[in-house]
Amino acid sequence: MLRILRAGLATTLQDSGRTGWRQSGISVGGVLDLPAMRTANLLVGNAPDSAVLEIVLGQFKAEFMRDGWFALTGAACNAELDDKPVWTGWRLPVKKGQVLTLSMPLHGMRSYLAIHGGFDVAPILGSLSTDLKAGFGGWEGRKLEDGDRLPLGKPTQIFTRKAGVRQLLWGNRIRALPGPEYHEFSREAQQAFWRTPWMLSPQSNRMGYRLQGPALHRETTRELLSHGLVPGVVQVPPNGQPIVLMADAQTTGGYPRIACVIDADLYQLAQIRLGEPIHFLQCSLPVAMQARMHQRRALEHMAWGLANEN
Amino acid sequence: MQRARCYLLGEQAVVLELEPPVSLQSQQRIWGLTQHLQQHQQVAEVIPGMNNITLLLRDPQQSALDAVEQLQRWWEESEALEATSRLVEIPVIYGRDAGPDLQVVAEHAGLTPQQVVELHSSIDYVVYFIGFQPGFPYLGGLDDRLHTPRRAEPRLSVPAGSVGIGGSQTGIYPLATPGGWQLLGRTPVALFNPHQQPPTLLRPGDSVRFVPQKEGIC
Repeated sequence: MLRILRAGLATTLQDSGRTGWRQSGISVGGVLDLPAMRTANLLVGNAPDSAVLEIVLGQFKAEFMRDGWFALTGAACNAELDDKPVWTGWRLPVKKGQVLTLSMPLHGMRSYLAIHGGFDVAPILGSLSTDLKAGFGGWEGRKLEDGDRLPLGKPTQIFTRKAGVRQLLWGNRIRALPGPEYHEFSREAQQAFWRTPWMLSPQSNRMGYRLQGPALHRETTRELLSHGLVPGVVQVPPNGQPIVLMADAQTTGGYPRIACVIDADLYQLAQIRLGEPIHFLQCSLPVAMQARMHQRRALEHMAWGLANEN
Repeated sequence: MQRARCYLLGEQAVVLELEPPVSLQSQQRIWGLTQHLQQHQQVAEVIPGMNNITLLLRDPQQSALDAVEQLQRWWEESEALEATSRLVEIPVIYGRDAGPDLQVVAEHAGLTPQQVVELHSSIDYVVYFIGFQPGFPYLGGLDDRLHTPRRAEPRLSVPAGSVGIGGSQTGIYPLATPGGWQLLGRTPVALFNPHQQPPTLLRPGDSVRFVPQKEGIC
């Protein structure tokens, strides 16, 4: 059992998402930073896509009700286990009764807590992810609250020592491919899209990142019929301010798509703070494929290293 | 055959978009293709839209480059799915608190509220696809006289079960949400229940008929 003493701003149970349900209008959801989730799970010996806690901007405190191992990844928090420092990117032992405290991160936005054995919560529609909009999945379909007690799964292996890995780095230069309606935007708008340091608006959330900058002008008023959406699509509504769709985005929509963030760079957005700038870099399909492969290899390499440590 | 445009969306999705106009006939082929491709090993997920279809590739590394041609071919080989036409009756309490915009729609159409209810509930609508929200049906078939522009100021919260009109579309909100549609009434029927299999009441191809309840205007 994990007893939540301080739930923080928006802590939710998330895994790699609820796939296969978009044609019923159900969002994919899941963690915003997939590599950080997988790293945390690999460190504690869980299947890479097991559920973790996604903690937004720290300010979280929980008591372990059993001995075990845990790992914290993602945003660089000043974290402590009782009064000892906790490094991100490490597997560490914990004793029953010890309290983990995360304060405001110095860098980044979202931290991920994985516990060896995982969370013993029943999946809904094949996933432990919390769908906040529809109010189901995860822990009672909502953000965690002070006093919640989350049941933990049984440990399956015995670790003898701490272990650390080098986490994937993140930045604010996000590679994207031009979208299907890219050519409907004026030349100035196309250039502005790649050249502007876009400010991440405070109205951003797990559904979409709203960006502030020059209004992007589309040269046609042709209305689009509703089409399927995926995380990473950059839509431009009539006010000209782009929105990057995130994991909880609606499944269909009809705004023009100026670009699509490549899958390998999507995780970096999870760590950018409100008010910080984002730069888009135009990339090609082969580069997107290569980035995808590099990321997969980096995680495979990490998994291999951890499997052969003992 | 209706012309189709196929393209990649990012590096892991591929889209087939048909030339307008929207027709039930081509939408039936989209349902057929959706059903067929769901089983395909290269396809992780299929999202039917209005006159279009989006596939998520399981392994873009292997299949993205060929996916555009492949989807075009699948489309050409596809057949219409005449969905085993189910008629789903949705009880609706029209007007008053349940439908605060009934009067607005009536004035816009030059009809009485009773006539609006009669007209809105006289048609068998077709579910073209489900999207936007869990279980939200995009319905085809709204009578031209009832087309009404969206509200200038969207409501901050539209109650779950609200039945409304937005432009040329009519539909039902499964969950409470902000929304700009003109609200005619409300249904007590749940359109989405994640603990049931299937989780949504409606599916593409269903016919939907609204049945006025005596608690409201009818």
